[in-house]
Amino acid sequence: MKIMFVLIGCSFILAFGFLVAFIWMVKSGQIDDDYTPSVRILFDDGTLPEKKEL
Amino acid sequence: MIEIKKPKAKTSCYHCGDFCDENEILIAEKSFCCNGCKNVFVLLTDNNLTSYYSIEKTPGKSLKQSIGNKFAYLDDPNIQTKIIDYIDAKIARLQFKIPNIHCSSCIYLLENLYKINEGVVAVRVNFLKKNATIVYDINKISLRQLVELLASIGYEPSFNMSDIDSVKPLNPNRKLLFQIGVAGFCFGNIMLVSFPEYFGLDNNTKHYLSPAFGLINLALSIPTFLYSGQDYLIGAFKGLRKKLITIDVPLALGLVVLFIRNIYEILSHTGLGYCDTLAGLIFFLLIGKWFQQKTYDSLSFERDYKSYFPISVVTIHHNKNTTVAIDKLKIGDRILIRNNEIIPTDSILLKGKANIDFSFVSGENEPIVKELGEIIFAGGKQTSGNIELEVKKLTEQSYLTQLWNNDIFAKENNSKVETFQTKVSKYFTFALLAIALSAAVFWAVYDISKIIHAFTSVLIIACPCALALSSPFALGNAMRNLGRNKFYLKSASVVENIANMNTIVFDKTGTITQSNDSKINFVGNHLSEFEKELIFSVTQNSIHPLSKLIAQFLDMNSDIILNNFKEITGKGIEANVAGYNVLVGSASFLNIKVEENSLLNTRIYIKINQEYKGCFVINHKYRKGLKQVISNLSNKYSLHLLSGDNELEKTYLQTIFPSQSELLFKQNPTDKLLYINTLQGNKNKVIMVGDGLNDAGALKAANVGISLSENTASFSPSSDVIMDAINFEYLPAYLQYCKNTMKVIYVSFALSLLYNLIGLSYAVSGTLSPVIAAILMPISSVTVIGFTSISTYLLARKMK
Repeated sequence: MKIMFVLIGCSFILAFGFLVAFIWMVKSGQIDDDYTPSVRILFDDGTLPEKKEL
Repeated sequence: MIEIKKPKAKTSCYHCGDFCDENEILIAEKSFCCNGCKNVFVLLTDNNLTSYYSIEKTPGKSLKQSIGNKFAYLDDPNIQTKIIDYIDAKIARLQFKIPNIHCSSCIYLLENLYKINEGVVAVRVNFLKKNATIVYDINKISLRQLVELLASIGYEPSFNMSDIDSVKPLNPNRKLLFQIGVAGFCFGNIMLVSFPEYFGLDNNTKHYLSPAFGLINLALSIPTFLYSGQDYLIGAFKGLRKKLITIDVPLALGLVVLFIRNIYEILSHTGLGYCDTLAGLIFFLLIGKWFQQKTYDSLSFERDYKSYFPISVVTIHHNKNTTVAIDKLKIGDRILIRNNEIIPTDSILLKGKANIDFSFVSGENEPIVKELGEIIFAGGKQTSGNIELEVKKLTEQSYLTQLWNNDIFAKENNSKVETFQTKVSKYFTFALLAIALSAAVFWAVYDISKIIHAFTSVLIIACPCALALSSPFALGNAMRNLGRNKFYLKSASVVENIANMNTIVFDKTGTITQSNDSKINFVGNHLSEFEKELIFSVTQNSIHPLSKLIAQFLDMNSDIILNNFKEITGKGIEANVAGYNVLVGSASFLNIKVEENSLLNTRIYIKINQEYKGCFVINHKYRKGLKQVISNLSNKYSLHLLSGDNELEKTYLQTIFPSQSELLFKQNPTDKLLYINTLQGNKNKVIMVGDGLNDAGALKAANVGISLSENTASFSPSSDVIMDAINFEYLPAYLQYCKNTMKVIYVSFALSLLYNLIGLSYAVSGTLSPVIAAILMPISSVTVIGFTSISTYLLARKMK
């Protein structure tokens, strides 16, 4: 059952990764605005305007 | 493209949704109400941005007003440096507040602004804060051009003095989120490691797994305790130093005891410790705190006069117009105020026709005409053409801004009442200590080995987690539900304040009345110019507010001599004018039978030579449902009215307000503030409902200030609540909802006590085990959270 320690170690590393990701996310301001991105994602990336020849 | 002018039809504008009148413009089979709207449509079509119209219907804003030279001040480098956050040789970055951001289309258009003008590098909209961060190429577009571009498509940024003076604050929520992250991480892992023990390890593995698991748990509970839980420890320490027992004290007591016992049990190999309870407790508490911390970012509750004034004004020097920032104005400067602009400082009228609307500042309904050479106080809005003024005082020293020098603005709101939670925690802490001590005494007699166990178990299991959660969740939920009904609270604790109030003071102009349009007209036979002159000369001679209003409405020049002028108080006037007998007054005075006498307006009847001519109808323009609101509230609150206006509508208001209400008129801002203080001095807990700058002092002084606003994005004085005027009729329901929310808190408090009793029965008997604690703590918390959330939601549904 000593293998348990390896498994626990793995799970900690994984969970710690998530914690770091969370802190990174908060720091980079991703949770500052929790509404606009939900709208933004639905916009089509319209192609760049073609120069109209008159 | 071809433009066709079409005759009158009831179509709505494709851009802004307004009804199109005879100036309707048709283009690509779409109707537009004005050239402004059409131009935006053409611009967007040319730039392939027509999705703007498909995401939301009629997303635009009517553009009937032209921009003109309004933004000339943005060419001033001094002002530019205050607005721009970052600038180098190529690009600049800044943040605009754009009040018109209101739908998904707005986000779409603004973020695609680079397609319209290549000078724009990138735009990022924050919808909830109604602001946009813009990066632009300074070599291709100037700040002024950028702002004019935004204004031309209907997204005019708003600038005012306070935006420029203030330092932008960092997001205060971040630390709490880090704490939650750490607590969540530790809580999860402690659970993971604790589970095997709870389910039972076999004897082969137990001897080496148990101690290792214990050490891991202990290691994980250190950051939880010291970092995530620090606010409770610090809060309790600060409270005790001020001899205050807040909810933090029993919480911190529980946490410290838990932590010490964990260290002892694990290091001495005498038990498993309560690490999971400790981490879970802190995690749940922080979630509750986070839930309560919602704020309405797009609203500002702390505004003072600075955000009311514009940031710049045009000065005239040697016949040359220059734009100057308001704080750079000097005494003696000559300034130009255009129509609809705000007078920035006390000054003397030099040129032009001044017709100043002071309704927002003093509460007076009617614009005031000022003569050349008269002083005009800051804050008024010019309503008829351009005028030129000479600056007499600096803005900070002007008559209006003096109000902010009152002490009330210097101190923080310590007049607020003690919360239910604080009141309860005092008794709770003493009861807890009493139970823990009596358990210890009991075991000292019967089984000395159990003293420590029983004593600490009581403090651990009775740690008022559920109690500490009930308030944040109930208040946080209530705040969100009220927010959905456009009743925005500064913070969740305002709910509890509102529930404790017993007096409501209303402002009149703009609060219980609506503030627009003309309000007097004549109904009846057509009056000849001569008859009008007769009535004018009669009413001009009376000082009664109603007569004054009619005289002002007719506005003539007359020098007819009156004979036998007789004014009968409360009834009317009789006078002989140039051989005519003129009667002006109430229906009973004139002996006229009226079929209906509406309470929504006051009628003044006219008889000339005993012939009935008709009546002047003065509309009160009171808010919808005012009567209902007042009669509802009068059962539970004592009501008062403070008006900056004259007594014109006193008689009508007396019919609405209950007889014991105080109705005071001609109150200046300081009078209002002092009146609130007097009420509070008599042990009343006061809600002030107001709207304008003239209420600012009273709103601040009151226990709860509710500022009513037609447009929540525009200026409102600092207050605890910002309420959308549309929902004024629901005010009693909202106040009642706050009271009901407190009842929810009482019930959930009882619930959490019940769980505590169960836990205590284990604790005092000395049989508490980590498993029981680990089960009981989350269950009680979840019950309380569930109960408060569901009941506040159901109550909110009843509200409408």
